[in-house]
Amino acid sequence: MNINTTKIISLLFFIFSAFYLYTAYQIQVFAFDENAPFNARTFPIYLGYAGLFFSGLKLILPDPNTIKVDHKNLEYKKTGILILIAIIYGATILKVGYFLTTSLFLFTSYYFLGERRWILMFLLSFPFVAAFMYLLHGILDIYLRDPFLQSIGVMG
Amino acid sequence: MIEGILIGLTTALTIQNILMVMVGCFFGTIIGMLPGLGPMTAIALMIPITYGFDPATGLILMAGVYYGAVFGGSTSSILLNAPGVPGTVATSFDGYPMAQQGKAGKALAIAAWSSFAGGTLSAIYLLFMAPSLSKVSLSFRSPDYFALMILGLTAIAAFSSKGQFLKAMMMVVLGLMLASVGQDSLSDITRFTFNNMNLTDGISFVLVVMATFAMSEALTIILKRNDPTSAAKQVSLTELGSIKINKEERTKMYKTIPRSSIIGFLIGVLPGAGATIASFLAYGMERNVVSDEEKEKFGKGSVNGLSAPETANNAACSGSFVPMLTLGIPGSGTTAVMLGALLGFGVQPGPRLYMTNPEIFWSIIMSMYIGMVILLILNLPLIPYIARILAVPKNYLIPLILFFSVTGIYVMSFNNFDIYLMIGIAVVATFLRLYDFPMPPLILAFVLGGLMEENLRRSLLLSNGSWEFLWDRTLTACILATTILIVFWHIYKTFKRKN
Repeated sequence: MNINTTKIISLLFFIFSAFYLYTAYQIQVFAFDENAPFNARTFPIYLGYAGLFFSGLKLILPDPNTIKVDHKNLEYKKTGILILIAIIYGATILKVGYFLTTSLFLFTSYYFLGERRWILMFLLSFPFVAAFMYLLHGILDIYLRDPFLQSIGVMG
Repeated sequence: MIEGILIGLTTALTIQNILMVMVGCFFGTIIGMLPGLGPMTAIALMIPITYGFDPATGLILMAGVYYGAVFGGSTSSILLNAPGVPGTVATSFDGYPMAQQGKAGKALAIAAWSSFAGGTLSAIYLLFMAPSLSKVSLSFRSPDYFALMILGLTAIAAFSSKGQFLKAMMMVVLGLMLASVGQDSLSDITRFTFNNMNLTDGISFVLVVMATFAMSEALTIILKRNDPTSAAKQVSLTELGSIKINKEERTKMYKTIPRSSIIGFLIGVLPGAGATIASFLAYGMERNVVSDEEKEKFGKGSVNGLSAPETANNAACSGSFVPMLTLGIPGSGTTAVMLGALLGFGVQPGPRLYMTNPEIFWSIIMSMYIGMVILLILNLPLIPYIARILAVPKNYLIPLILFFSVTGIYVMSFNNFDIYLMIGIAVVATFLRLYDFPMPPLILAFVLGGLMEENLRRSLLLSNGSWEFLWDRTLTACILATTILIVFWHIYKTFKRKN
């Protein structure tokens, strides 16, 4: 058997399906439902076996269309930074508020992607988010929590 | 009936009502473009406004918002691979690749004309068949629904070419597994939540779509150093926004639209099915009926592949009014909100609605057609400008896609956990995409998962655990026979091609 990344993904999926199946068997059902033809664990159990079956087949059968990815040409650094910025954005959005975090998220993302036109970067972050926020909060009446704007008295 | 149609026309064609359709279509289009804010939110936002009008006008406004939102969702699907509405996910399969080839205007125009044609044809079906179709709607039982879901899954064949079948099946199972997270619909027992309260309600559809499509697309572009605007840079802005559809493309659409509108309308009529399933089913069916040469183009910018789901999702919108108006059963979440508004107006939907309140019944049906015309008039001139989004440099476009994805999730739940979950799913999806694991089967299974389990449960409970329900009813057997035929046809064609 030729080991390639697709096979490794299939193996991981096989392990995941086994874990899913184990968890499916652990689902607590009501006593009167235990022997019912269908209860809360029936469908997940089918799915667990289906996962094992298809990933098992993928593992065993030869792979004529092997996908080769040239990792040297992949931009891991920028992608990693972008994911990190998104995580920080997610972590701060509730505490700091929508306006400031979203604007900073956009501004820093533009910067890390190589943009250096500062005025355009500014216009497409702070005023852009303000306009978008006005559309959601002001016009469509969709509540957006923003402690920062509340603290400076812009938002009620 | 003619008297009813005339009453409907007279009501729908008043200046106030035409204005309402225009306002509804306009706001619906804008709201539909924003990820996370689908037609249901758009209509819910309109309810307080509609109470100031008479019932017919209020419902006409809501119908306009509904159509507008579905069309708006297609725009973000085609241009950014970020479906704003679940019903437009299938639109992105061919719409996005077409836009990437520098034909954004054309893709949007095909979507607009297909939506228009789908909506128009279904309004005609509705006009003549609404009262009798309510019986069809009631004749569907759980085994039939289950069989229909299995038929819907055959659409994955479109993504399983070139030895990808097992990968597509693994993605189907993963989609169904994700759909099984949260409370069990009948017993309320929590499953796969690992005592995390945030998972009790399950994983939202918009979250999974945003993570596997929009966000993972953005990450893949950065990772692979692709430039989504490269095709747009090679053509002029006029060419990018050109809405011209040539004769060959028109011929393809003439064939696709009638069959997809029938599928869309019939699926829309069934309570609980809706535009999402209709669009997937139409996409899968279209791929089954086109020539081998055209089949190869699916997923790479096929005209048929774009036209079919667009026609079907709009046709399903009209279809979903049948059970709502004639039986008082909402066919989808959106029509459930509309039903609530209808009851708020003091109108009792049911088989006698078109006799007791003909002005409401027929004016809604007539306004649907007028709404379609207005939607087209409003949107076609704007397409060349909307298409220019693709001319925005990559350094700005990618953060903006991420911003719309995160905002879409944030306004739905106001919860950090959902944002982390979305990022997590997007990272896994990006990695899987690198190795050609297709994402559409995952979404298709995720959509069908809940419904499939619910109907399988009912069928098995009714038949005391026996699987005989699969062939007990003629309708179930017919749907399953169609599914088997399609599967064997694919296998036969594959072997024939190999030999």
